[in-house]
Amino acid sequence: MSDVTIPPSDSLAVLEKQRSTAETFGIPLAVLLEITHRCPLQCPYCSNPVELDRSAKELTTGEWKKVLSELAEIGVLQVHFSGGEPTARKDLVELVKHASDAGLYTNLITSAVLLTREKLGDLADAGLCHVQISFQGIEEGLADRVAGYKGGHRKKLEVAKWTRELDLPLTVNAVMHRQNLHQLPDIIQMALDLDADRLEVANVQYYGWALKNRAALMPTVAQLDECTRLVEEARERLKGRLTIDYVVPDYYALRPKKCMGGWGRQFFNISPAGKVLPCHAAESITGLAFESVRSNHSIAWIWQNSEAFNRYRGTGWMKEPCKSCEFREIDFGGCRCQAFALTGDAANTDPACALSPLHETIFKQAEREAEGETNRFLYRNFAGGTLESENDA
Amino acid sequence: MAGPRNISVSEASRPVLPRHAKLKYDETRKVWVILAPERVLAPDEIAVEVLQLCNGERNVGDVADQLAAKYAAPREAILADVIAMLQDLADKGFLTEIREKTS
Repeated sequence: MSDVTIPPSDSLAVLEKQRSTAETFGIPLAVLLEITHRCPLQCPYCSNPVELDRSAKELTTGEWKKVLSELAEIGVLQVHFSGGEPTARKDLVELVKHASDAGLYTNLITSAVLLTREKLGDLADAGLCHVQISFQGIEEGLADRVAGYKGGHRKKLEVAKWTRELDLPLTVNAVMHRQNLHQLPDIIQMALDLDADRLEVANVQYYGWALKNRAALMPTVAQLDECTRLVEEARERLKGRLTIDYVVPDYYALRPKKCMGGWGRQFFNISPAGKVLPCHAAESITGLAFESVRSNHSIAWIWQNSEAFNRYRGTGWMKEPCKSCEFREIDFGGCRCQAFALTGDAANTDPACALSPLHETIFKQAEREAEGETNRFLYRNFAGGTLESENDA
Repeated sequence: MAGPRNISVSEASRPVLPRHAKLKYDETRKVWVILAPERVLAPDEIAVEVLQLCNGERNVGDVADQLAAKYAAPREAILADVIAMLQDLADKGFLTEIREKTS
């Protein structure tokens, strides 16, 4: 039996048939649906774009239902209801029911703070298969400060308990950074105490909001080494009890990550306004036009033929040092969004790669920031961010 | 609450896929898959056959009996293979079992 997973920051798993995916760009097995950008939390590392979609732009209930039916029809097997905060949409139960009826496996990726016991029960009855709850720390002082939301941590613990009482499997998602990595041993224990099946130890990936907050979030090399050691030890100790997925921050790697499994190869997501995107950060790359489910193209057509998906597919777009690199089909040059954010050209080598001329500079900068004392967050919101009060940092 | 963890599969176990692991025939790709949180497993033909027999009522011994009869193969070898396959699935967290009430 084989199972395939890609890092949880990418929020899905795929069954990649060796070779065949590269040739045919078969429809992904799982699709991330960011049904709204609205969220009561203000996490400074939010993976949503800095330019958030306003609620007036969101797809309607009818439009999402049409999307769900179409996804099931073309061979998608799993959908992740995400956001923003997906429970901010009043029609979530209806959408989960529609997805389940269409035969889709449904995941809820939530901050949990808006859920009631009744609502969670309704979601379970609608066929919801799995709940993933994000945690910002182990105790409310730090956790609520990171989320910028008072009382959030306590509510999350409560919802996690309801989740298991309703016999739904639970994933604890813990986003890690310099200011909470010391809590990792307790976070692993918390996942066990909450009877979670899965724990994601996801170090922050530095795009969008997180890039703006890099100085406040970047871990030290020593912290990261300890984190890796703890995860490896826990994986061995908890085999069969708790699955742990682990994502490291790529700034400290020598080789870039195979971001999204390669651009347009295994993944797409749909934004609140209906854009079909190769990655949830893709809209940060200016100069790329993304097709919408509101266009007269089918989703399958957009996946196969749209300019944005084909721009960085395969290896034909590459420049040196990627072009002649022996790893070009292993990592596909890393992350296009990161290359764009740090070099101004998405076709450049991701600076996470040691072969990038910028790697050394960026690695050094990250190290310096990690050693710094800048702990103030720029909170995520529709106004372009709000700086944390100096007294709270 | 969900089934017990750290399952040790034996001849007497009565395993079943938990609620969050769904065995499904993928019409698009013409393969059987097990859908689980953030994962898709690709069971081989034998695994599919075993899992279809694992309904929470039959025990592993019954499953081996059926397969041994169907394929006219030695029961002990089949039993060992079935246990190994199910244990692998259990270790990944995608198998639960029905236990007798002890009270």
